[in-house]
Amino acid sequence: MLTAILAIGILAALFGLLLGYSAIRFKIDSDPVVDQIDAILPQTQCGQCSYAGCRPYAEAIAAGEADINQCPPGGEATIQALADLLGRDPKPLNAEHGLHTEKRVAIIDEDVCIGCTLCIQACPVDAILGAAKQMHTVIASECTGCELCVPPCPVDCIDMVPVETDIRHWKWPYPEDQQRRIANGKT
Amino acid sequence: MAKPEPADLPLPDAPCRVSLLKTPAQFPGGVDLDARKAQSLQEPIRIARVPGRLYVPLSQHIGEPTQALVSVGDKVLKGQQIARSLSYISAPVHAPTSGTVSDVGSYPVPHTAGLSADCIVIDSDGEDRMADTGLRLAAVLDADPAEIRQRVRDAGIVGLGGAGFPTSVKVNPGPGRNIDLLIINAAECEPYISCDEALICARPQDVIDGIHIIRHAVHARQVVIGIEDNMPNAIRCLQQALSDTDDHDISVITVPGRYPAGGEKQLIYALTGLEVPSQGLPIDIGIVCHNVGTTAAVARALMHGEPLISRIVTVSGAGIKRPGNLEVRIGTPIAELIEQCGGYTENVARLVMGGPMMGFSLPSDQLPIIKTSNCILATTWEETPPPPPAVECIRCGKCAEVCPAVLLPQQLYWHARARDFDKIQDYDLFDCIECGCCAYVCPSHLPLVQYYRFAKTEIWNLEREREQADIARQRHEFRQHRLEREKQELEARRAKAKKALRPKQGDADAKQAEIAAALERVKAKKAAQTQPPANTDNLTPEQQAKIAEADRRRQSQRSEP
Repeated sequence: MLTAILAIGILAALFGLLLGYSAIRFKIDSDPVVDQIDAILPQTQCGQCSYAGCRPYAEAIAAGEADINQCPPGGEATIQALADLLGRDPKPLNAEHGLHTEKRVAIIDEDVCIGCTLCIQACPVDAILGAAKQMHTVIASECTGCELCVPPCPVDCIDMVPVETDIRHWKWPYPEDQQRRIANGKT
Repeated sequence: MAKPEPADLPLPDAPCRVSLLKTPAQFPGGVDLDARKAQSLQEPIRIARVPGRLYVPLSQHIGEPTQALVSVGDKVLKGQQIARSLSYISAPVHAPTSGTVSDVGSYPVPHTAGLSADCIVIDSDGEDRMADTGLRLAAVLDADPAEIRQRVRDAGIVGLGGAGFPTSVKVNPGPGRNIDLLIINAAECEPYISCDEALICARPQDVIDGIHIIRHAVHARQVVIGIEDNMPNAIRCLQQALSDTDDHDISVITVPGRYPAGGEKQLIYALTGLEVPSQGLPIDIGIVCHNVGTTAAVARALMHGEPLISRIVTVSGAGIKRPGNLEVRIGTPIAELIEQCGGYTENVARLVMGGPMMGFSLPSDQLPIIKTSNCILATTWEETPPPPPAVECIRCGKCAEVCPAVLLPQQLYWHARARDFDKIQDYDLFDCIECGCCAYVCPSHLPLVQYYRFAKTEIWNLEREREQADIARQRHEFRQHRLEREKQELEARRAKAKKALRPKQGDADAKQAEIAAALERVKAKKAAQTQPPANTDNLTPEQQAKIAEADRRRQSQRSEP
């Protein structure tokens, strides 16, 4: 009896030590699921999901605090990808957080800009260039279209404009849409 | 002449990986089409008039667009470089004629959605004066291959078969890569198109000179011209020219005329029985393939100093009054070309650039000819009837039978339709050459190729978005890192400022202490002064007496003033 208790006790202590050692030795700093979710999110950092950015939203999804349908810029494609990753059922975008629109970029009306730097402070990706009392401008290629710079502007000189399709980024239309259009045109 | 670098030389003892089949094989799939080439081959090549105004797009090739070197008002000469390439996979653009640049800006270019792109507009001065291009290379067949590649690049030559891949990249196999076989693609498989056949018959010498230059540049072990068996005139012309020049190491091999025999991978399979690896290039199996038009362009550039400023274009179809092949300057509006072919017939219905299988509809004829425009097709509804409305796929499997890339077109269709872009890549979407065989045989008239093109552009777009998202993430993280750093720096500055204040407090203390010390010193001095001088202690009575005497004297002097 005593031997058995001793043996089990020693084994338990051994495994405890082993587990304790591996917990330190093979420690993973961040949750890989968070990284995977973050990789799917569109990184606009717009905060429409009610979190402070894409990574906090990813952390909230991983923790089960947020749903997967709160990202309007990502739209259906992102919801689908998240559903695939997490093994959940896809659901329609929660309209409370906004509607999915085509990608737009901010443009500053440079004649109106007073150089207050408020938009520069609001931009989550440092895509606005300027200095105090100097005209500001948006680096269009870096703009994620998050619209965070629009409300702070005291003179309302920032507009969101749709990205123009150029020949290198043109996409073939979905054939059924095209056929429907042709059919509609004829009738 | 510079010696070729060691890396340029083929490894002499490397085994030859490629051998030609005794009888060409039949590639899998494909369809037999009515060639309809006779109507454009009735007359020899005509030289098209140089139009008054040319629209030269900055991007006429696969790869990065070029950057304009001229601005409005500049005078240019024919053959002068007017746009330069900024990256490796790109090709410069040259002025097709002499004249004045009247605009550099966005104009409609040949594109299925009728989009515009940057063009240089040149108003011809009618003189057609040639610039000294410096492209000609004396003793070209003894020249350094690197020099040849540079000239091919400077001449702006791209693949003229249709895709427009920069030729300078294809004549650069890279160090340690042997070219066992150079294939010259003369298999012009698409109906109506006859520009290669016309070129071979009219200028076989240019073609053969170009082959020699390319063979020298890539150190190819064997050279073969692959041609379709339904082009007897071209075969005869080539063989005649080869025997005239006593050239026995270039062989002409006919392959069965079945669409798409002129596809690069299909031609390679037909001639060698080898398959190009999925998503790979022919060079991976030691083969390089060039179009005949491209070889002729290389010869024109390196032996006659002419950059790629013109090409042969087939203008055909029942919608054209006088079909034919024309040598056209790049940038010529299609409408001018149609006019020189007698104009449209009354029942013209569609305008297509390229052939009926792989070409695309043009929304207007006010578009320029570019380097890759091999054919302008104006057809009637009788020739190319509008596709009947598409119905559901009946899973007949005919598409899989005709697919020359041995894909499963039906699966690709389902996944493209469901926008399942991961699955569709599992079915090797990117090995699809968009030949259109599947859509041609589809009894449900599904626009299959459009689905594949839709899926391809969507996938590229997703990849681009992913890249942009990665950049945005990096920028956001960096911003957060910067804000954090700024906060810390601010705190550090504040702490430092506080510290700086504290020493001041210390200074005050020190001053106070100094003052106190000074006061102490003064006090001590005063105290010392009230005591008698120290040197009056322990005196002898004699000294005492002297002091008393002196004191007395001082006293008496003070009392009797």
